[in-house]
Amino acid sequence: MTYTLFIILLPLISFLVLGIAGKWFSHKTAGWIGTLALAGVTVLSYYAAYEYFFVIGRDAVTGAFERQVPINFCWLPFFDQGLHFDMGILLDPISVMMLIVISTVSFMVHIYSFGYMKGEKGFQRYYAFLSLFTMSMLGLVVATNIFQMYLFWELVGVSSYLLIGFYYTSPAAIAASKKAFIVTRFADLFFLIGILIYGFYTGSFAFVFDTPEGLASYAQAGFILPLALTLMFIGGAGKSAMFPLHIWLPDAMEGPTPVSALIHAATMVVAGVFQVARLFPLWVTYAQDWMPIIIWVGVFTAFYAAAVACAQSDIKRVLAFSTISQIAFMMVALGVCTELQTGHEHVGSVGYMASMFHLFTHAMFKACLFLGAGCIIHAVHSNEMNAMGGLRKYLPLTHITFLVSCLAISGIPFFSGFSSKDEIITACMAYSPAVGYIMTGIAAMTAFYMFRLYYGIFWGTENKELHAAHHPHETKVMTWPLIILSIITVGVGAYTTLAGFGMFDGYSFGSLISADGQDYRIHFDTSVALTSTIVAICAIGLATWIFKGERQPIADKLYATFPRLHRWAYKRFYMDEVYQFVTHKIIFACVSKPIAWFDRHVVDGFFNFLAWGTNATSNGIKTLQSGRVQQYALVYLVGTILLIAMLLIF
Amino acid sequence: MNITIDYFLILSAVMLGAGMYGFFTRRNTLAILISIELILNAADINFAAFNRLCQTGIEGYVFTLFSIAISAAETAIAIAVMINIYRMLKNNYVDELDTLKW
Repeated sequence: MTYTLFIILLPLISFLVLGIAGKWFSHKTAGWIGTLALAGVTVLSYYAAYEYFFVIGRDAVTGAFERQVPINFCWLPFFDQGLHFDMGILLDPISVMMLIVISTVSFMVHIYSFGYMKGEKGFQRYYAFLSLFTMSMLGLVVATNIFQMYLFWELVGVSSYLLIGFYYTSPAAIAASKKAFIVTRFADLFFLIGILIYGFYTGSFAFVFDTPEGLASYAQAGFILPLALTLMFIGGAGKSAMFPLHIWLPDAMEGPTPVSALIHAATMVVAGVFQVARLFPLWVTYAQDWMPIIIWVGVFTAFYAAAVACAQSDIKRVLAFSTISQIAFMMVALGVCTELQTGHEHVGSVGYMASMFHLFTHAMFKACLFLGAGCIIHAVHSNEMNAMGGLRKYLPLTHITFLVSCLAISGIPFFSGFSSKDEIITACMAYSPAVGYIMTGIAAMTAFYMFRLYYGIFWGTENKELHAAHHPHETKVMTWPLIILSIITVGVGAYTTLAGFGMFDGYSFGSLISADGQDYRIHFDTSVALTSTIVAICAIGLATWIFKGERQPIADKLYATFPRLHRWAYKRFYMDEVYQFVTHKIIFACVSKPIAWFDRHVVDGFFNFLAWGTNATSNGIKTLQSGRVQQYALVYLVGTILLIAMLLIF
Repeated sequence: MNITIDYFLILSAVMLGAGMYGFFTRRNTLAILISIELILNAADINFAAFNRLCQTGIEGYVFTLFSIAISAAETAIAIAVMINIYRMLKNNYVDELDTLKW
């Protein structure tokens, strides 16, 4: 399967062509180059997935999908034997699934951007960066070792930085891109330390966890291995916007909306989840005691982000917090997974599958939501909900696809979000009922804020003056990706829902991806499915009751009753201010300033002293060179006489 | 009266001393040049005197001629330099020509 190399090479070539020669191409040519490269990637990815799952299939002996490594070469050898950095391609169920997700969403975004970015200055640059991002993300998921993952991890960070700051004339975009880069970079520092500790103690970077000698060395490492994994998790938490490293993601919405859909909703932000999933055998085997860190960070983030999303007025901000909350769901699902064995008696292993499943479905419907939001912003030229309202008349296709995605994220049966979220809650219930009920509650909040958003955009109070002045309309090229993504959402949702309730013999997502690679048949736990559906419908009903009408007396009354709570949630519970305080008032003032003083006065002072000393000495002795020839001759004479005298005496 | 080597050496020592005294005390560059000639000639006398004393060949005389030729060339260059200095600075007092320094 060496052709999988082209999955990475095609976008790289497209990036180089567009990046170097882009300014000589017309917008159309540049767009076509990027889109065709991505079409190639998509075809290859789908073919690779088909071949991996259905042609090569299960190993006859173990009954699991075996890992395939079509390419792997030593890139940086350090010593004759010992540590070395490899580059290669690793295909296993989760990386193949990620290939599908990335190529599909990226292809959709490429098509969509034709309409959204039409006539923008820097159109070619935009497509070049999209290609760079796609290449990096694909390289990340097929990494054969943690070091290659880290390398591409930083590359996706860079492309994210470049694309958030795409409108580089806007100060807000510049600030947002810097914030994203610095916060994720700070988290990546921990990732790097984790990698170094891991490599130092285990003597390997490769994602091979089941060799006997490997096991022995891991076991000897004692608490070192959990520590390394936790440090790596901090890096993943930064990329996946877990509390308290989430602050960059809402600001990253300053970038073009298709970029938000691709990078900040569907692919890059799940890199942290993917990383934990990739190292999952290690977590389960050696760091079981440390896994509650993942769970409680995830639970708190899910709750916090959902609470903030209930009060935001910028539609992209709502979606950003919703993304944070949903990624936290995936993290929690990984955290509650306590064993690798699958099968009906082993509910402890559902979490891994549920997390990956939710990653897949979330990528599709959240990309659809973001692209829909892009259509809306394109139509009304504002991000604020008060510029919208009643848009269902003007944007019928966007309305329907947005509604489908909202139903999916809320967890309504026959939409994809239901199946995956239900599995997550089942896994949480199996771990601890408390976590299960908390997550059910947060799922209800999700349904509530998504329908608050939906009604705020498409129903509710219409901004008639604005819509009369500028008639909102849809662009055809931008609606196609929405339709495709919502078809995926409904198709996957309908199939997996039916499969989960016992049709098709339960052959669905879990049959392809599960914790140990065995065929895991999803069967919904009826009580969990029923509870979460009822709760979601109640939450949607509540949102309908409050926000659907032209006038919203209940909402106004709620704002009046809890002004402080609303204000706190609207201000994201002042997390940015806390960061501002910690960085400026504490770190800058108490740490950086003294260090700067030491640098300026002690380090610089020493070198200034050296320069000054040399200068002063030179000034002192330069008068010896008087310019008087007779003086020189006299010195010479005296010197000669002394020399003769010495020769005579000794 | 027998003229021994001492007479030549005394003469050349006196000339050397006079030349050195002149070199260090005179201000005029031309006078300094003359002093240098005195020093060189003191050396030449020594060459000739020792050649005569040793009677082994004519190396001493040859070197005397070399020395005279070199001092002539040196004088020519020195005078050329002096003329140029004088043209530019209107001055040939050596204690005032002290600009060639830091």
